[in-house]
Amino acid sequence: MTDRHSIASLILRYLLLVWIALIFLFPLVFMVVSSLKPDLQLLRDSASVRAFLPVGDISIDNYGLAAERAPIARFVFNSLFVTATTVVLSLILCSMAAFSFVFLQWRGRGVVLAIILATFIVPFETIAIPLLLVVNNLPWIGIDGFRIGWINSYQVQIIPWIADALTIFLFVQFFKDLPKDLIEAARVDGASWFQIYRRVVMPLCGPVLATAAILKFLVMYNQYIWPLMVTQSEDYRPVMVGLQYFFQLNTAWGEVMAYLSLITVPVLAFYLVLQRAFISSIASTGIKG
Amino acid sequence: MAAGPRGKQTLTGWAMASPAFLLMLLFLITPFFLAFGLSLTNQRLISPNPAEYVGARNFENLLGLSFFVLEPERDEAGEVIRDDDGAPEYPRLRTFTRNNPDYPHLDGMREWMSIGWTDDSRLVLLASDVVFMKALTNTILFVIVVAPMQAGIALLLALLINQKLRGITVFRVIYFMPVVVSIVVVAFLWRFIYDGQNGLLNSMLGFLSFGVFQPVDWLGNPNTALASIMAMSIWQGVGFHMIIWLAGLQTIPVSLYEAADIEGANRWQKFRYITWPGLRNTAVLVLVIITMQCFALFPQVDVMTRGGPLDSTQTMVFQAVQRGYERQDIAGGSAISVLLFVFVLAISLTQRWLTRDKD
Repeated sequence: MTDRHSIASLILRYLLLVWIALIFLFPLVFMVVSSLKPDLQLLRDSASVRAFLPVGDISIDNYGLAAERAPIARFVFNSLFVTATTVVLSLILCSMAAFSFVFLQWRGRGVVLAIILATFIVPFETIAIPLLLVVNNLPWIGIDGFRIGWINSYQVQIIPWIADALTIFLFVQFFKDLPKDLIEAARVDGASWFQIYRRVVMPLCGPVLATAAILKFLVMYNQYIWPLMVTQSEDYRPVMVGLQYFFQLNTAWGEVMAYLSLITVPVLAFYLVLQRAFISSIASTGIKG
Repeated sequence: MAAGPRGKQTLTGWAMASPAFLLMLLFLITPFFLAFGLSLTNQRLISPNPAEYVGARNFENLLGLSFFVLEPERDEAGEVIRDDDGAPEYPRLRTFTRNNPDYPHLDGMREWMSIGWTDDSRLVLLASDVVFMKALTNTILFVIVVAPMQAGIALLLALLINQKLRGITVFRVIYFMPVVVSIVVVAFLWRFIYDGQNGLLNSMLGFLSFGVFQPVDWLGNPNTALASIMAMSIWQGVGFHMIIWLAGLQTIPVSLYEAADIEGANRWQKFRYITWPGLRNTAVLVLVIITMQCFALFPQVDVMTRGGPLDSTQTMVFQAVQRGYERQDIAGGSAISVLLFVFVLAISLTQRWLTRDKD
């Protein structure tokens, strides 16, 4: 194999990689660039490569217009509040359950764990409708007193999503690889199980916490079908359902792109900073195969 | 005696596991079994009357099918009546399906499709719920097309990204990017790309064909709408599966490839005899996950087409939400959910069986 041959093959490989990268990038670049253009120019530019370039009459006016159309700040707060609360509660309760399954000897733990893992095969879409009936009949005591029915609330978006098979599974896998001596030593020192969980095991959980948190974050922030059904009031709507304010006959594309950019770019930035952790958390869902 | 600490462990064990388990019991396992029960009733979300057991009626209303041979109209001499173009004229189908005492089993059914039968008669396929039948076939079509394509493209990308090249991480990061973006955002964004007047896709195809290409209203045309949603879904989801394939690739020991090099194996042989066997477990996982994601097809349809045009993008989940949520018909929505689960289970088991250990 000559040098010239290998250089040509190298260039071809990079050309292929770049070409594919453009396929994945062009809609996202278009989204951000278009959010800066007035509608007329946006439509005119779409016929040429200008669609992907921030040229012409560039401003952030669309963001202001989008904010007038929809209570964006409220939606963003709702999404962040629901997502953050669910992620934190999920990490605590799922890691605690996994700790119990791995380190404690109790009757029935094998059966309970098997039941939990069996729910992997149940897609949320198949339980959404009966779950709607369940939450509509649950009681809640809030600041406004006692009421039946969780529709239009934060808890209806949070509590059903706290515990899931994948998060528990990730912790179980991680705990199984921890040295048993560590636990034994702490027991000999007279530590209670909860203390071992809190002070010995959890401080070692950095990697699995990051993985579980990222996966849960993506699921929660990108929720659509469930909040669509349980938040009729805009007070509780998350950003994805808020998109419906922009469904109309003559779509104001500049505003749409501004809203889409606003709810997407922070997540993309977060991803780019933590890309290694994001990608390894997706990969870790595959290890179980 | 060991019973003391053991009994205490049982108590602590339950105490630590039960919060998560009880939540799953209430919000996942209960609704799962409720779906089966509710699908046999006439439960509504809010109703003054208690729900009643109705047997399999919800399923009959969804899945009822019947064939019917439609004979052309004949005059008194027994000759087929034809219109000006020579095509036979047929009686209106509704004369058989609306309160016709001779055809009680056809009552309320509508035409789904029909084909020419003998000479002048036509064979008509009737369905109790034509829209749901379209949703069912679209969903199955979506799974059959998207699952292998997405898995295949993802594997190619994973092989591409697994090369030892300078800067390969950059490409991996870019290919994965759409996965981080919500499918709802992607769907709204692609509405512009697919737009019939100003859409980017039409502009690009026009440019590439030097203006020969005629613009298409991709989402407004019943022939292209579902395919457009498929293409976009693959674009969004392929990076996810690329990463899972990649994780699988990296578990294959490098020494196997080195040995193959010494034996003088070519690239295809290395893929066929080392890579592919090493990826069998990954293949099962990728296919099961993609299948479940495909059956869950909803946000794309809700944002892009609302099931139209002409029901060409109806899906099972879209129908479940239409009934269970918008019409508050919990029983009807639950029946669809049960069917959905049966499909997911059947396909997962089949895939597991097809990719089983043959040793």
